[in-house]
Amino acid sequence: MNQPANPPMKAKHQRLTLVTFALIAIIAAGLIAVWALRNQANYFYLPEQMAQTPPAVGQPVRLGGMVQAGSLVTLEDGVTVRFIVTGNEASTVPVRYSGILPDLFVEGSGVVAEGSLQEDGTFLATNLLAKHDENYVPRELEGLEAHQAQGTVAETTVGLN
Amino acid sequence: MIAEIGHAALWLAAALAVLQLVAGALALRTPEGAAPSPYAMYARPAAAVQAFLAVIAFGALLYAFAITDLSVKLVATNSHSMKPFIYKLTGTWGNHEGSMLLWVAVLALSGGLLALAERRLPERTMSATLAVQGFVAIGFYIFLLWSSNPFERLPVPALEGVGLNPLLQDIGLAVHPPTLYVGYVGLSVAFSLAMGALITREVNPNFARVMRPWVLGAWVFLTLGITAGSYWAYYELGWGGWWFWDPVENASLMPWLAATALLHSVSVLAARDALRTWTIMLGVVAFSMSMLGTFLVRSGVLTSVHAFAVDPERGTLLLVLLALYIGGSLTIFAMRAGDIAEGKRFTATSREGALVFNNVMLSAILAIVLLGTLYPLLTEAFDVRVSVGPPYFNPAGAIFAIPMFLVMAVGPLLRWKDDSPARIQPELAVLGAIGLLIVAGVVFLGNYPLLPVLGLALAGALAIAALLPLRGRKLSRVPTATWGMVIAHFGVAVALFGMACEGAFTQEKLAAVAPGGSEEIAGWTVALESVDPVAGPNWTAIEARLAVSRDGSEPTMLDPQARNFWAPAQATSESALLTRWDGQLYAVIGDAAGIGPDGEQRWQLRLWWKPFVTFIWYGGMLIALGGIISIFGRVTVDVKQRKAARVRAERAEDEALLAGKAPLPEPAE
Repeated sequence: MNQPANPPMKAKHQRLTLVTFALIAIIAAGLIAVWALRNQANYFYLPEQMAQTPPAVGQPVRLGGMVQAGSLVTLEDGVTVRFIVTGNEASTVPVRYSGILPDLFVEGSGVVAEGSLQEDGTFLATNLLAKHDENYVPRELEGLEAHQAQGTVAETTVGLN
Repeated sequence: MIAEIGHAALWLAAALAVLQLVAGALALRTPEGAAPSPYAMYARPAAAVQAFLAVIAFGALLYAFAITDLSVKLVATNSHSMKPFIYKLTGTWGNHEGSMLLWVAVLALSGGLLALAERRLPERTMSATLAVQGFVAIGFYIFLLWSSNPFERLPVPALEGVGLNPLLQDIGLAVHPPTLYVGYVGLSVAFSLAMGALITREVNPNFARVMRPWVLGAWVFLTLGITAGSYWAYYELGWGGWWFWDPVENASLMPWLAATALLHSVSVLAARDALRTWTIMLGVVAFSMSMLGTFLVRSGVLTSVHAFAVDPERGTLLLVLLALYIGGSLTIFAMRAGDIAEGKRFTATSREGALVFNNVMLSAILAIVLLGTLYPLLTEAFDVRVSVGPPYFNPAGAIFAIPMFLVMAVGPLLRWKDDSPARIQPELAVLGAIGLLIVAGVVFLGNYPLLPVLGLALAGALAIAALLPLRGRKLSRVPTATWGMVIAHFGVAVALFGMACEGAFTQEKLAAVAPGGSEEIAGWTVALESVDPVAGPNWTAIEARLAVSRDGSEPTMLDPQARNFWAPAQATSESALLTRWDGQLYAVIGDAAGIGPDGEQRWQLRLWWKPFVTFIWYGGMLIALGGIISIFGRVTVDVKQRKAARVRAERAEDEALLAGKAPLPEPAE
């Protein structure tokens, strides 16, 4: 019987080789993940943050805030909308979106727009996340909703005390 | 009354889990080879009765939902008397408490099945396994009874229920969560077996043969659950996508990746007595991932479009359980790993070598998915909010998936232990040529993204490679388990083809159309005939009537709807799908889009033509079918072998008796 071309190595060596190979692969995966996450993670911006430190033009980011009442306009083609997103402060960002508006997307309610900032300062959204139902609010909006609610309570209770 | 019976059954089951743990642990104190401990006899019945009680508890909750017993808090907050009956039933597990009860019931049921059916393992290993199983179960009983009691009564019965999230009022809910849970929980049995074998130092091929059907079974259910979930999200959410890299989706993908690796490594252990420690480690990782999945979904630490029933306070308890189980098993692993003797050796260019390579690649993909899923949690600790999506997962995953698919094509052609690459050179040349031809052809056709093009080439090569192990063999004599492998690997190629086609060739059209108008997409003509209001049992909707035809053929009617539910108040879009052999036409109706130039009311229509998208789910089903065939093959071979061994032993005994060498059978006491 012929000897195999490359005889199996010693048991201890084999285990060591396997462990080393697995470790290298997992560490490589970890490094790739960390590197890619730094580059590819979609950062979240509030309107005021976008005004102060705008992201690079074309970089995919998320913009979250409230849809300003009375700002929602449907363009001629019937499928493109324009609206303005406001935050906790006065800053506003104009947004353009082509597509079917999500269920429960209404003026004065919270929205998270995925997309990128354009040269002219408009935010071109590729996807909109709105409140899904009474229970589900995009996490980024949780603080905002509370802020808004306080504001509403304050407004509606003026003069009652 | 029924709810109280369920609650009591749950407490009794928890007590039996404690008995199971104590009995199993005490049985381990008797030294090996001594007479079996008197405690050992309690573990198996405890597991079996516990399974019975847990099923009764779940049945009680099912009954409360079926009759909409509004004095039970869970029913009042999650159901509604006007809901269709089928969704009343499926609503049982459409909420946190109910789904955790289902989890525990399946856990107890599989524990009982293991205790009753498994007779191949040494009794000590079995005791250790049942003790670990009991330990896992106790944690979940505590969780359920302490922080998520499904049977809590309201002081005053509610007049009407709150209702179930409309997105969940779908037949998908009947299928998707239970199959996934069976998969998750099946991995808990694999984990208990691995721990039992590790504690009693019985990590050997015999143990692997016992563990294999459980791993295969869990994996089949995970595969089916993920496939069903993907299709459900595809048609229910109305976004036209089949995978969103959503945290909850990842939570089910991670155990699947670990189970796939475990399934292949346990096969090596059973067939070749190699990869002993690696198999145990994967058993721990697979169950940790299903625990982590449960934690991520149930604790509310991650938001997602799927996060329907979340509660942050429960997260802490789940996290403690998670740390306890993972930490405990890793400690046992560290203490015992050195004792496990080396398995058989093999070279890099052998079937074991290929399997090890792919095991490592699967683990690397698992690491990529895990880090991507947890990264937003990490950054949130520093008050930076990020979301991680396809731009990260697709390329980072592909770095490891592409080598894995290449090795997967070649692996089954290699021999065990040692092989020379020269022997399979012709096959390699054919597979390489197929891949290159596909790349050349697609690049010639048009400018498509890199990953889908590579996916198409890999799918073509894999489809051929999957069938190659059958070459030159008489098909009627191919072992059943080999058929299982061939079908599952072919299924991977089919699914990959579907994904790549969807990625490369999907066409999308968004338009505002007035009734009477029409749109063209990919050779289809979609004519909007009318838009009408319609009403269902618990919703109203506007429904578009679309006449769609391809190349002037007879039109087919599609009616997508935009629904408004009133309990709870929520809007959903019901997509309409037209399936043809070469793809699906996907139509969604949106809002009223203002008045058109001709003074007519227009409506938003979103249309997709997705070539061969259905192959994704056909592939998923083929993969699961391969797993089922494989289980069947393994179990029949095992039963046959054990029968043959018994006959042989009896014959040897007879012969020994005839020869007068053996002592006479002991007289009955």
